[in-house]
Amino acid sequence: MTKEETKSVLMEIVAQIIPDEDLTNLKGDIPIREQVELDSMDFLDIIMELRKRYGIEVPEDDYIQLATIDSSVAYLEPRMRDL
Amino acid sequence: MMARKPNEARIVITGVGLTAPNGNNLAEFRENLLAGKSGIQKFNVRYMGEVLAGVCHFDPLKYQKKKELRRGTRAGSVAIYCAQEAIADAKLDLACLDKSRIGVFVGITEHGNVDTEKQIYEIKQFDYNTTFVSHHYNPRIVANNPAGEVTLNMGITGPHYTLGAACAGGNIGLIQGLQMLLLGEVDLALAGGVSETIHAFGAFASFRSEGALASHADPEKACRPFDKNRNGVVVSEGGCIYLVERLGDALKRGARIYGEIVGYAINSDAFDFVLPNAQRQSECMKLALNKAGISAGDIDIINTHATGTREGDAAECQAIREVFGNHINVYINNTKSYIGHTMGAAAALELAGNLPSFEDHIVHPTINVDQLDPECSFENLVINEPRKVDKVNYILNNSFGMLGLNSVVIIKRFGE
Repeated sequence: MTKEETKSVLMEIVAQIIPDEDLTNLKGDIPIREQVELDSMDFLDIIMELRKRYGIEVPEDDYIQLATIDSSVAYLEPRMRDL
Repeated sequence: MMARKPNEARIVITGVGLTAPNGNNLAEFRENLLAGKSGIQKFNVRYMGEVLAGVCHFDPLKYQKKKELRRGTRAGSVAIYCAQEAIADAKLDLACLDKSRIGVFVGITEHGNVDTEKQIYEIKQFDYNTTFVSHHYNPRIVANNPAGEVTLNMGITGPHYTLGAACAGGNIGLIQGLQMLLLGEVDLALAGGVSETIHAFGAFASFRSEGALASHADPEKACRPFDKNRNGVVVSEGGCIYLVERLGDALKRGARIYGEIVGYAINSDAFDFVLPNAQRQSECMKLALNKAGISAGDIDIINTHATGTREGDAAECQAIREVFGNHINVYINNTKSYIGHTMGAAAALELAGNLPSFEDHIVHPTINVDQLDPECSFENLVINEPRKVDKVNYILNNSFGMLGLNSVVIIKRFGE
């Protein structure tokens, strides 16, 4: 999976989890939770979707890496490269 | 003659919110009851395939965001729809109310089965690896979920809980609301019952194993209480939540009053897990009549609990004969024949279907009676066609549940 594809998948998951939010102007370098309504249970939904869809385990210590879209893609890209 | 109660000790219904398999508000529901229109259809259930069920078709997005729907339960969604509709029907503006003085009391038959089955089905796709169990599972299956979702959606900060009361849940939710008003714990109560049962296979499979799951080539004819060829229960979803308040408050704000809850009773058979007990049912009806300070002859309509099982219908008829004897002025009907058994919602929904009788003086019939079972025969059993009557002052609503739980509510037309 390319970096672009990883980002696309991530955005699709976020859109599914917060379906009422408009994500068109979401900035990649600002924490997602500062831009849209996404609480801790929603965040766990992202973790669960990554586990279900791609078998990716994100340890709790790494949750901070998924704060922004850019940092999420940077974290996930090497883990999804071979998918 | 009982002493007249002060208005603060009289509890009235001033709002109705409902969703039934054949209607998403009281006017639509009533219209379909008078037109004989059933809401039973074919429905696919996990592991069982096609079954017959009552399915509600309300628009959940009327009061919920998509995220709320994704996160919550079907029972929560039904409860939110009904509670919001009840507030609107009562002409109350939630923004102007003291939300700490509103209570939410929701009767349920069971809760949690739907999401438990779903989680087990989902982790099966991952070889039963329990790390795939959703973090939403616990808040979805806690017993207070349907009532709690109402408070989250509406910002209500007064008490909320469910009443686990098998198929008597709807009456018992309403009774709880009344009692909390009488205790002065709340000023407004959202009280009734809900069911999401059709979204789990368990209830269908268990009724089938009992030999008590209805079947019929025509889904709309499957639920047939009092008919000789009845063959069981049609499982349905639904909800009905009332806005109830003290008469004094209702009069002060010029509220429309659907009726006054004048009598109620709850008792237990102490007899069997599933079999009914006519003796205890009749005692329950007598207790409610005593509480109301009236006699059997004062009741105009009995909405029966009858679910379409051989033993259940016959036992209730025996109980009614024990209480009402030859009071042939009592009209008897059944609402499940249209909507199936809406479980925790049944009592509240069925009562709602009858409330318009106070004004239109029409008794809706029980449908699907082709050959009346002689054991269920009454002079004034209203069958297949609505009956115009001279007056309706009192409605008695029976609702019974497994483990021998009986409940009766009596509503009086307001203004007498």
